[in-house]
Amino acid sequence: MTLAQAFLEALESLSGNKLRSGLTVLGIVIGVASVIAMLAVGRGAEASITGSISGIGTNLLFVFRGGQDESIRNERPISLSDAAAIADPFAAPSIEAVAPILQANREISYGGERTTVELNGATPEYFSVQNYELTEGEFLNEEHLLGRASVALIGPEAADTLFGRHDGITGETIRIDGQPFRIIGVLASKGGGMFGSQDNRVIIPFSTAQARLIRRNTRDQVDVLLIQAVSGEAVPQATEEISQILRQRHQTPIGADDFTVFTQQDLLTTFQSITGILTIFLGGIAGISLLVGGIGIMNIMLVSVTERTREIGLRKALGARRRDILTQFLTESSLLSLIGGIIGIIFGWLISFAVGQIAAANDTAFTPVVGADAVALATIFSAVVGLFFGIYPANRAASLEPVEALRYE
Amino acid sequence: MSNVIEARDLRKVYQMGEVQVEALRGVTFNIARGEVVSIMGPSGSGKSTLMNMLGCLDHPTSGEYVLDGEPVASLTGDQLADIRNRKVGFVFQSFNLLSRQTAITNVELPLRYSGVSKGRRERAIEALKEVGLGDRMTHHPYELSGGQQQRVAIARAIVNKPAMLMADEPTGNLDSKVGKEIMQLLLTLNKESGTTLIIVTHDPNIAEQTQRVIRLRDGVLDGVA
Repeated sequence: MTLAQAFLEALESLSGNKLRSGLTVLGIVIGVASVIAMLAVGRGAEASITGSISGIGTNLLFVFRGGQDESIRNERPISLSDAAAIADPFAAPSIEAVAPILQANREISYGGERTTVELNGATPEYFSVQNYELTEGEFLNEEHLLGRASVALIGPEAADTLFGRHDGITGETIRIDGQPFRIIGVLASKGGGMFGSQDNRVIIPFSTAQARLIRRNTRDQVDVLLIQAVSGEAVPQATEEISQILRQRHQTPIGADDFTVFTQQDLLTTFQSITGILTIFLGGIAGISLLVGGIGIMNIMLVSVTERTREIGLRKALGARRRDILTQFLTESSLLSLIGGIIGIIFGWLISFAVGQIAAANDTAFTPVVGADAVALATIFSAVVGLFFGIYPANRAASLEPVEALRYE
Repeated sequence: MSNVIEARDLRKVYQMGEVQVEALRGVTFNIARGEVVSIMGPSGSGKSTLMNMLGCLDHPTSGEYVLDGEPVASLTGDQLADIRNRKVGFVFQSFNLLSRQTAITNVELPLRYSGVSKGRRERAIEALKEVGLGDRMTHHPYELSGGQQQRVAIARAIVNKPAMLMADEPTGNLDSKVGKEIMQLLLTLNKESGTTLIIVTHDPNIAEQTQRVIRLRDGVLDGVA
């Protein structure tokens, strides 16, 4: 018997019991569709995270206090003089700009409205390093810094909360922890980032923050250094330069850094591994439903073998060999799971599409991606499921003794 | 004339739980090519067992069996399947047609298993014409009368030009008029193509029409007429 004949016969036999075949196929459809949809959602999450991290700029580095090794004691804080040393173009030629920052959450108010924002004490370099644009007003300048001026830039989200609008508010005075600050500019929206909204932010001069709002133990202490490398390719070189300068200044032995240099690439890698685990987890759960579908196939094939015992006996009497019967039943089970796989892929794609539409309707930049590899995986996996769960029933059919099978009522 | 069947001391023992049942206790006979033979005997006489042996559906526990020149007693399952396919045509009491297939695909079935790819349809049509069903070829079994269904089954049995036809109560499910027609058809086929015909039956009227009757009683031959 050729494969084409076996295929036609299997199709005929399956269509002879449409409801039963349909329900069996449904199990596989659900399994494959959920595998496809889950992988697509995971892939979409990864793409949207990667996109938003890349949006910050790939040539960005962060320097924090504290090493990655818990055992290091007496960590020195990062200081303004560290920042100045790193900014030296002769000591660190790969570095374009250095922006020291003080960070804290503070309550701001205007009229009766109040809200909590991320308050940043920053220098003028901050805006170029962070790629901020203004919708109105001006950036901080050196004069503000020298004069410890009570001026602030406000993010659009914070502005919306306080004023109900984010234009025409330059010149208004808001209070930060009770102290009055004049707004000199409004930041353009950067959208939701990975570390909370980048739009719910108020920025004041570094010196003002240091003196009045964000006090630290030592006078020139800095929470984070935001550093811009001259290019994306120069990031590893910049990391090396920063580390050498800080080791020397902090007098730490090699391998016991009391600071951490974190690059955009590190961040990307971290999030990719998180979404990778998420995808595997979701896919694994979906895979279980595919397994359950496979057991459904096995169940139905066993019933079918029992029902058709006489037919099997007859076929054997007419000269069917073991292999012929095996092929016949394996073709049927594979066909069931193959049909289920194809419909499941279509359904999974539709689900992913719907998720994307819902996300778009809620203004979330999230597009599930149905990859060719996910489709290939689901197809292969469902065919394997059909074969695997078909083997036992088919083998049972093929091993029937013709005499007994013919006598079976 | 050479023998189609040479059975030497065929024995078959079944294990029924703890008890051993001897269904055949040493049966020896020959059947010549082109002969028409009936096998008779009461229930439990070993008649079905003998038929299964002769039809290569089962192995004897011991003894020699040569079918159409080939010793088959010790062949494996797949080898027996091949022998059944080429040398034996079965006609059953309950027809045993595949209900979802048309008459012509039912008749084609043995050819599929023998790996014939070309001219299958033509041979099936020819066989159906031989049994007088040239005008019912695309009908399904449920669209055919009992007699017509048995004719399809006979066409299926002869399509591979076997050395012998093995009919197990071929008229058992038919009324006597149709039964006579089917009997006549089997005898005609025997006469025209010289295919050996073995009929297992209860019915003395049918046994009368055969050249020889093999009677079985308690697993041994009860006189060969």
